[in-house]
Amino acid sequence: MEPFSTVDAKAMPLDMTNVDTDQLVPARYLWRPRQDGYAEILFHDLRREPGFPLDAPAHKGAAIMVADRNFGCGSSREHAAWALVDSGFRVVIAPSFGDIFYSNSFKNGLLPIVLPEARCAELRAALARNPGTHLVVDLPAQTVTGPVGVNDGFSVDSFAVDPLRKELLIAGQDETGLTLSLAATIKGFVAGYAEAMPWV
Amino acid sequence: MSAPQSLFDKIWQRHAVVTRPDGAVLLLVGRHLLHDGSAAAFRFLDERRLPLHDKRHTFGTPDHYVSTAGNDLASIGEAFRRDLVSGMAENARKHGFTHFGLGDPRQGIIHVIGPEQGITLPGITMVCGDSHTSSHGALGALAFGIGASEVAHVLATQTLWQSRKPQSMRINVEGKLGTGVTAKDAILAIIARIGTAGGTGKVIEYAGPVFRDMSIEGRLSVCNMSIEAGARAGMVAPDENTFAYLKGRPYAPQGAMWERAVAFWRTLPSDAGAAFDAEVTLNGNAIEPMATWGTSPEHASAVTGAVPDPAAAPTAERREAIASALNYMGLSPGMRMDEIPINRVFIGSCTNSRIEDLRAAAAVLQGRKAKVQAWAVPGSGLVKRQAEQEGLDKVFRDAGFEWREPGCSMCAGVNGDLVEPGVHCASTSNRNFVGRQGPGARTHLMSPTMAAAAAVTGHITDVRRLMAGEA
Ligand code: SF4
Repeated sequence: MEPFSTVDAKAMPLDMTNVDTDQLVPARYLWRPRQDGYAEILFHDLRREPGFPLDAPAHKGAAIMVADRNFGCGSSREHAAWALVDSGFRVVIAPSFGDIFYSNSFKNGLLPIVLPEARCAELRAALARNPGTHLVVDLPAQTVTGPVGVNDGFSVDSFAVDPLRKELLIAGQDETGLTLSLAATIKGFVAGYAEAMPWV
Repeated sequence: MSAPQSLFDKIWQRHAVVTRPDGAVLLLVGRHLLHDGSAAAFRFLDERRLPLHDKRHTFGTPDHYVSTAGNDLASIGEAFRRDLVSGMAENARKHGFTHFGLGDPRQGIIHVIGPEQGITLPGITMVCGDSHTSSHGALGALAFGIGASEVAHVLATQTLWQSRKPQSMRINVEGKLGTGVTAKDAILAIIARIGTAGGTGKVIEYAGPVFRDMSIEGRLSVCNMSIEAGARAGMVAPDENTFAYLKGRPYAPQGAMWERAVAFWRTLPSDAGAAFDAEVTLNGNAIEPMATWGTSPEHASAVTGAVPDPAAAPTAERREAIASALNYMGLSPGMRMDEIPINRVFIGSCTNSRIEDLRAAAAVLQGRKAKVQAWAVPGSGLVKRQAEQEGLDKVFRDAGFEWREPGCSMCAGVNGDLVEPGVHCASTSNRNFVGRQGPGARTHLMSPTMAAAAAVTGHITDVRRLMAGEA
């Protein structure tokens, strides 16, 4: 996994609430092996509709998406995060996220950022007026800055992130190494657990 | 005296191996369930050269990619699907976990099999790489879906990191469900009320007389759709119904151990005065048979109601959402729910494919004929066998239904069982998202009895009218 620190990149607005994982990756592509890549599957059905922002020339190379409420709701498919990462996205900013999607994102080096609903709407509007402008996402400082080079809607927003997730994302590590280092603690715990609930 | 705890608090505490100062918790996993979409996680294990940590507590079955036309590998038409199913059997051989493979009568949808085999138990944590793992909470387990990376982590360690303890929510349904009103109607009414984000990030406990009176099958349907309310998990406190359901199941404790387990399970229900972060109460007497009209599970209405008019919506955003849903569904504002045409019927999925569901649908179909193409897909080989022993297969067949082999089938169509574009499908599954049952497919979620009623009339129909003897 690629270590994460600061991303200075084009941001793409997506004006849709409740973007579900079936829209991000339709179920009929779930069998595809991970190593085959999911870039062309991202928003497979929606991106064919006129006006969908993903393939607009101004958004070529975008690594940040500013979305709306309940982004990534629906199934547990990690493919949704894979498709975003394979398409070059490193950050999704939204007022709220589907639970499992939120957690899956971190495991794939994709940073989901929660900002207030009104602020997300302002950012999307500013990006719509100024297509292709940049935002700067600084994970160590936990800030989003921009749109960069644009006067309207410019500001610095702070965001919250769980310390463990932040730590692992900056290090580019997954949790398995950390957990394996706790093997002795786990073993002791399991012994007590098995004694209390031997039927499990 | 210690502070009163909820069922969720008790399970959480007993499984928290490590709690970091920043609130992150390493949870022990009591049971890990696998399905045929778990290939990526096993590849991770192989790449890291890690063994499966705890094969005794790991169980799997193929369900998503199996054919429902025949119960063997040869019936799966496409190589990529066959490879996923045979790859899973191969991983089971290699790593030694319990696997109910194709041809084993115990094979079926993983969320049907867990309870059926007594793998699902009160008071434990359970995870599976599938969001509808929330189903298992019906027996008083803390059960939730995880992503592929987390599946790999659980395979390697039998534990899971949670960045903090989720919030809790209690949903009380008071009173009694009326005749012809089922568990599915109750959960659709709950989602219509709190919305698909109403439970976001929370663990829901379903409480009150309606759930106390409800069968385990019904509780499974309710907990199953917790995820459609945005929640991580849903649960019902274990009670005498739960113990009666579990007793004698193959993987449930037996003999003296059973007595010990039951004594412990009786301590699990939430203490009086336990705190919840949110609480909602509904009147069960007022719930009617439900169906969805739109493209989100919250787009649900009583069958006696009407499709909403976007013009009457309170906000522009809501207006747009309703208009675009109606456009996709090909419905006009204000039309009566029971005027919505149905061209296809699917009775199945982890929400409603258990024996009780099939019995209820068959009771409606008895002596009637389906007007449209209709399928019944039992949730497991054992459900199928039981139904056949009761003669339900004959009722379905006589009514013009296809009686299929167990699997997820048309719920998400990943095995190729798809609904055609533009076709209105009355489905007992859990999601009516755009394209869920196939590109352009129009899903109407409802209970098995409502789906049976729609099959015989060709439109959404208040099943209570058929139950009252109308032809
Ligand atoms: S039946 Fe549907 S919801 Fe349930 S596990 Fe299978 S695909 Fe998922």
